[in-house]
Amino acid sequence: MLKYLLRRVLELVLTLVLSSFVVFMLTEFSPGNVARKTLGPFALQEQVDVLYEKLHLNDPLLVRYVRWVGVLTGLEADPLQDPALDLDFHDPRGNRYFGNFGYSTLYKAPVNDVLWNRLGNTALLAGLAFAVIVPLSLVLGILAGMRAGSALDRLVSTASVVMTSVPEFALGVMLVAVFVVSLHWLPGTSTLDPSGGWPVAAQLVLPVATLAIYDAGYVARMVRSSMAEVMTRPYIRTAVLKGLPRRQVILRHAFRNAMIAPFTVMLLQINWLIGGVVVTELVFAYPGFGRMLLDAALFGDISLIEAATLIALLVATTTQLLSDIGYRFLDPQSRR
Amino acid sequence: MPLLSIENLSVEYRTSAGRSVVISDFSLAIEQGESFGLVGESGCGKSTLLMAIMGYLGRNGAVTRGRILFEGRDLVGLSDAELRQVRGSRIAVVYQEPSAALNPSLTIGRQLMEVPLLRAGTTVADARAQVVRMLGDVHLPHPDSVMRRYPHQVSGGQKQRVVLAMALLANPALLLLDEPTTGLDVTVAATVLDLVNELRQKYRTALVYVSHNLGVIAQVCDQIGVMYAGEMVESAPAASLFASPRHPYTRGLIASLPALGADKHSAPLIPIPGSVPSPMAARRGCAFAPRCVDARAGQCDIGAIAIRPAAPDHLVRCVRFAELAPPVASDAFVADAQQDGEVVLEADQLSRVFKVGRLRLVANDALNFEARRGRVLAIVGESGSGKSTFARILAGLDAATSGSLRFRGADVATQPVRRRNAAQVAAIQMVFQNPDGTLNPSHRVGRPLARALRRFGVARGRRAIDARVRALLEMVRLHPAVQHSLPRQLSGGQKQRIAIARAFAGNPELLIADEPVSSLDVSVQAAVVNLLLGIQASHGTTMLFISHDLVLVRYLADEVVVMYLGRVMECGPVQALFSPPYHPYTEALLSAVPLLDPSAGRARIRLEGEIPSPLNPPPGCRFAGRCPRKVGAVCDTVPPPAREAGDGHLIFCHISLDELRRVPPVFGDAAAAVVGAPTTASSRTDTH
Repeated sequence: MLKYLLRRVLELVLTLVLSSFVVFMLTEFSPGNVARKTLGPFALQEQVDVLYEKLHLNDPLLVRYVRWVGVLTGLEADPLQDPALDLDFHDPRGNRYFGNFGYSTLYKAPVNDVLWNRLGNTALLAGLAFAVIVPLSLVLGILAGMRAGSALDRLVSTASVVMTSVPEFALGVMLVAVFVVSLHWLPGTSTLDPSGGWPVAAQLVLPVATLAIYDAGYVARMVRSSMAEVMTRPYIRTAVLKGLPRRQVILRHAFRNAMIAPFTVMLLQINWLIGGVVVTELVFAYPGFGRMLLDAALFGDISLIEAATLIALLVATTTQLLSDIGYRFLDPQSRR
Repeated sequence: MPLLSIENLSVEYRTSAGRSVVISDFSLAIEQGESFGLVGESGCGKSTLLMAIMGYLGRNGAVTRGRILFEGRDLVGLSDAELRQVRGSRIAVVYQEPSAALNPSLTIGRQLMEVPLLRAGTTVADARAQVVRMLGDVHLPHPDSVMRRYPHQVSGGQKQRVVLAMALLANPALLLLDEPTTGLDVTVAATVLDLVNELRQKYRTALVYVSHNLGVIAQVCDQIGVMYAGEMVESAPAASLFASPRHPYTRGLIASLPALGADKHSAPLIPIPGSVPSPMAARRGCAFAPRCVDARAGQCDIGAIAIRPAAPDHLVRCVRFAELAPPVASDAFVADAQQDGEVVLEADQLSRVFKVGRLRLVANDALNFEARRGRVLAIVGESGSGKSTFARILAGLDAATSGSLRFRGADVATQPVRRRNAAQVAAIQMVFQNPDGTLNPSHRVGRPLARALRRFGVARGRRAIDARVRALLEMVRLHPAVQHSLPRQLSGGQKQRIAIARAFAGNPELLIADEPVSSLDVSVQAAVVNLLLGIQASHGTTMLFISHDLVLVRYLADEVVVMYLGRVMECGPVQALFSPPYHPYTEALLSAVPLLDPSAGRARIRLEGEIPSPLNPPPGCRFAGRCPRKVGAVCDTVPPPAREAGDGHLIFCHISLDELRRVPPVFGDAAAAVVGAPTTASSRTDTH
């Protein structure tokens, strides 16, 4: 097991290194020149040319990638912080430290000042949503799949189809209409700033509800179909005809086998919650990671895009590793 | 009062297409400690009956009439809680396919301990002790290690022992067995049957044993019932049922089995035409009438037919049983194969070694044998003996690592199928065990036939191909319209006919048939075997028949090769192999064959354990580890010499031929008496 873990972690690091190159290549090759993007549309052409020269943007891609990795790992100084450029970029951590993602031109601050703050906000939202989605979809899925074709199954299945088919923005707007506009129970925006009169907890209710309702239907359907399939297996019949009470048949014999397939799907929801909930963040003006990534992309904030993409990749590969480990735990046949 | 008494039971399923009557008017009584066998083709309601007894018919199934009295209590309509008092404590079930019946994600120990733990007041230590004792009773070595393992970590035969232990841990008064040996190797099945008999004596448990295999039923049961289309059509003590079957269906089942002494030149297999009717179909009179050669209009099709006594304890559901003459054997239909056809296929020191890390897995080891034109060469052996590896090399799906395999003079041992031209591919064709897996479920079945014809250049142009497809279907006795059906609309036998037609599309010189009938019902099996032999003989095709069914091999083969762990143990003409001198492994395989006549005395040797791993095999005889006639250390260290018993019969054994000749024949007089076949009128006593 330890050997397996070690191998998987090594694979994860290798994946990250390779994908960091792809990320670098794609962002640097996007339309427009890096120097122009850094300086913004109102900079003079001479300034752009000076920066172009200074950043050695003429060098081959691989050389520039190595230099970028050098800055990231703290082996080289960040060229943008050179006072000679007169860009007024200051990083209190210095210009040479491990994890230096560079300077965000959009927020006029070091990437590290922007990124982690936003990631923290999103982790809060994603964590709360995940904590609702998993138990909710497990309970619904198992109750429905336990007796396929029963009235409860039909109710849950229909409800989850409806929940999943209403788009997030529509759902968000509907929730706002009911709980904000009509009932005045909750705030319509969730800026995480308590100075508006609403406590942070109240601000989180609607975004979490939107994500949970939208996603739990999907996950519940996965759990339901896996559960229904497991219930038809001969070993369930064996368990029933052994004389086991129904609760034991479900919990001891069906549940674990029914979790094997949906487990991966559940962990994939983490990736989606971290990087893919832009719409919900926009609806509630939530200062999240997804929105930041979108803004950075629209503005052409190269350092921030690169940093955020790498973080999203790290999250994705880590959940993949977790799901593989969990899979081995759930399914003894996969441990060979 | 009988232990179990089923009275006029009817079971129905509601489906979207309407109601289907799966069991109708079924009655049965079983005494304490008695064993009752139920036979019939698949779809006759045998398994449904077991599930009805257990109260496990699913959401859409229900008992509509009758009672199931167990220990004086009617089980029909009990609540879940009441059923739990019966399930797993008074009645237990042993299932077909033990791999599916065990939970893959729980250890064997946990699954077994659940049973004793259900009883109030049992501690975990008690339960563990009981499980360890029971694992010893089912002869599983190292109970502690078995308990820690997961089901996929033990072999198929061991899993069935675990399932048996699980059932017996409940200490039931009644044990229901649903095809418990189907899918196991003959040798393993034989030991499981021995075990069932042994445990039955020990625990005084009554059995209901369901199987489609008459021989297996004959081994275990005192009383036998024959089921057809949800009805009991005949029931009698085992001896009298096999000695004088009265119902045409029972007679048909017996006649469709090859008799032990018989071969294709002496007695034909007589299939039952048609197939089991759908339980949805409306019926008047006898359900078997449409398939019965003795059915008479106005007599068999007018009203419900009651089950009546033909003898004091022999019940028959047939209006005409008293007037039916015993079946008469018809003449053999397969002409003698030419004795000295040219050698078509010749294996010379053929080996296939897989490298597994630093270990060597020897799947085929220095195989030497030949096959002649127009003859049937059978390869037998337990699973893991390397039969299929050989077939794969021959078909070009795998490559040998050394040695040669000459087909019509050209070495094909290392020539993969993609490097063979169309003519070479057409010349060697295969029919597989499972027709479901080989037909694309979304293609109409005519398509693979047309494709084969086009690919092998047999016919060009739509009309020519169409005509050839029709001819092929006619050859396998299928209606030409069948080509427009999807595989799921066909029965197992029909699908296998399509597979045979496809294989013969390119007029092969050599047909590899890998267990082609083992997934089919006996009645259908007979028809497919007849068909295969007929086509093979008329086309002069050489057939390589891979099988573990020795009685069938005796029936249809001309030459036999017995393989064990990748090695040839014995080879020669079929008659020579089935009488002494035997190789001890052949003797063990023959001993494991379930015979119809329970009284046929035979010398039996049993193989302990299962076929060992072919990794790093010992230098001596491969079979030494399990051989009941092992001579001594020489068997482990020195490869056995080839002993020539004449007529091309070779035995690879350290025991001298003289000694092997002194071994008593496995079947004694039974082989001469032609067990269970309708060959002589004297074995039937029912003319009136």
